[in-house]
Amino acid sequence: MRPLLSVTELKVHFPVRHGLVRAVDNVSLEVGSAETVGLVGESGCGKTTLGKAILRLVKPTAGSIRLAGTEIADMSRALLRPLRREMQMIFQDPQASLNPRQTVASIIEEPMIVHNIGTRTERREKVAWLMAKVGMRPDASGRYPHEFSGGQRQRIGIARALALNPKLIVCDEPVSALDVSVRAQVINLLEDLKREFELSYLFISHDLSVVEHVSDRIAVMYLGRIVETAEGSSLWKRPLHPYTQALISAVPVPDPTAVSRRVVLQGDLPSPLNPPTGCRFHTRCPYATELCRQSEPQLRRVDAAHQMACHYLPDERHTN
Amino acid sequence: MSARLLEVRDLRTHFFNRGTVAKAVDGVSFHVDAGEMLALVGESGCGKSVTAYSLLRLIADPPGKIVGGEILFEGHDLMKLSDDEMRRLRGDRIAMIFQDPMSSLNPVFTIGAQIAESVLVHRGGTKAAALSRAVELLDLVGIPDSRRRIDEYPHRLSGGMRQRAVIAMALACEPKLLIADEPTTALDVTIQAQVLALISELKQRLGMGVIMITHDLGVVAQHAQRVAVMYAGKIVEQAAVADLFSRPLHPYTKGLLASIPRQGASGGRLNEIPGMVPSLLAMPRGCSFAPRCPKAVDRCTHHVPSLADISPLHPVSCFVAQQEAKL
Repeated sequence: MRPLLSVTELKVHFPVRHGLVRAVDNVSLEVGSAETVGLVGESGCGKTTLGKAILRLVKPTAGSIRLAGTEIADMSRALLRPLRREMQMIFQDPQASLNPRQTVASIIEEPMIVHNIGTRTERREKVAWLMAKVGMRPDASGRYPHEFSGGQRQRIGIARALALNPKLIVCDEPVSALDVSVRAQVINLLEDLKREFELSYLFISHDLSVVEHVSDRIAVMYLGRIVETAEGSSLWKRPLHPYTQALISAVPVPDPTAVSRRVVLQGDLPSPLNPPTGCRFHTRCPYATELCRQSEPQLRRVDAAHQMACHYLPDERHTN
Repeated sequence: MSARLLEVRDLRTHFFNRGTVAKAVDGVSFHVDAGEMLALVGESGCGKSVTAYSLLRLIADPPGKIVGGEILFEGHDLMKLSDDEMRRLRGDRIAMIFQDPMSSLNPVFTIGAQIAESVLVHRGGTKAAALSRAVELLDLVGIPDSRRRIDEYPHRLSGGMRQRAVIAMALACEPKLLIADEPTTALDVTIQAQVLALISELKQRLGMGVIMITHDLGVVAQHAQRVAVMYAGKIVEQAAVADLFSRPLHPYTKGLLASIPRQGASGGRLNEIPGMVPSLLAMPRGCSFAPRCPKAVDRCTHHVPSLADISPLHPVSCFVAQQEAKL
């Protein structure tokens, strides 16, 4: 089956005064119909830029983005416009992504006005229906974003994203700003909506446990590159790339009896302005060799569901 | 038997605004021993940060006021100290680390000057001596190339390095008590792991008591020895970490623990705690968790439960849990 979204060798570079920031550098990724693909990585790894490039909110420098078979990477804005209905975004900070001077109903209605959908009455009916779908009371429609809690605001953002019946939703840290008990409500809502409307999600987050919970497949990014992709559970059970191993071991497990096998990485993320030569991870990798400093490993298939970009398999590595 | 470092009894910090009273902290009691980490957990607005600010008497008055309680630090009641005595204590015997390192560093002074200032104010001595102490401290918190780094301005450092610099500043006078308010929330996980490992190691080495304020139950499980769970201005349960995770008693604690996604158990629905935290201005009568509680009985909506010991070291404020324990 043809994937809903197919990204091939995508590059997003930003020219700055002293060079080029390679925010996304040769990334290939597929999202199937009704599939959730998780994208994890630390700040500055390019995950948000990748999400925005897929929606053409930033311009890709090179590469291909196909949405249901149609190439959109270099499509003109006018041609792209009707296709925008198919893909929507949910943002991290609902406070910043909702206009404080619009009522809830008008926020949710706006995408339909922009795309000229329905009459005023039809749109209002759809708004009421969407609000019910995301679990908001009908009497909230005339109120303003500041009158709601973070979780409720995120529900407004979700209703707005659903207004155009999209196929793909890019969720950029949708629950990171929420409290634990409310986070579970929003995650469950996203999963219910996915099932009901057969949505595909690209779920971007730095929180591995949340990503693992929602994703069918997970891609791990480091400095503009995907270093490992796998089915959700096998990434946790058997991480192959040294970065993924360190990332997973760094997550504090909510279980005091868990034996800590922490691989504490030294140093910080290098700047994407001057990424290290060879393997981009070699400056922090406990197993780096001369080969790693010189040649950049490509993403290779280890088994049917697992790809990674390291010169060595786990049993071929030796701590320095 | 370790020394009782801090004992807080029935602390109440209220905020007064246009005739309304928000009881942000409402009768909180706990203690911290030397060399142990107490985690204060809860969701936003539960009063955990206000508790920390109250300990250092950093509550802006008006609108806030500590209206009751005792804060005994090494046996002395901090509430009775003069402003001047309190100022000498802060940054010396008791230090605090805040969530956002950038907002606790002054952008126009070098890292070294800011750390040295703390040493000069509390310990006196020459500027040169204070600067060499700053270098020692940067080494202690693992900032490489410390001699050169003291001349850098905060914006030149990465987030993790900044938080290390702030920790170095907090440790300048070897405090007995370190209060860390969400010290790693703004950091990436691999950097978070470095900073938490550092705090745990320093706690051990210097015998500090640490109050770790966090909403992350993973951080609690991996680093703290005891934990107090706060909800709507009150501590609802307190226990040793192992005990809390293996035998949570309060329905809120149980709900929190069940709502976090577990590794290796993907799929399935997460447990939800219905509704949301009540507004401090419109607290329900009775137990403040009752409207969201799956186990609430009639009594819960009329009377406020007190924090009673179920086992001597595991107090919980819930009528139902207390009842079940008696049976």
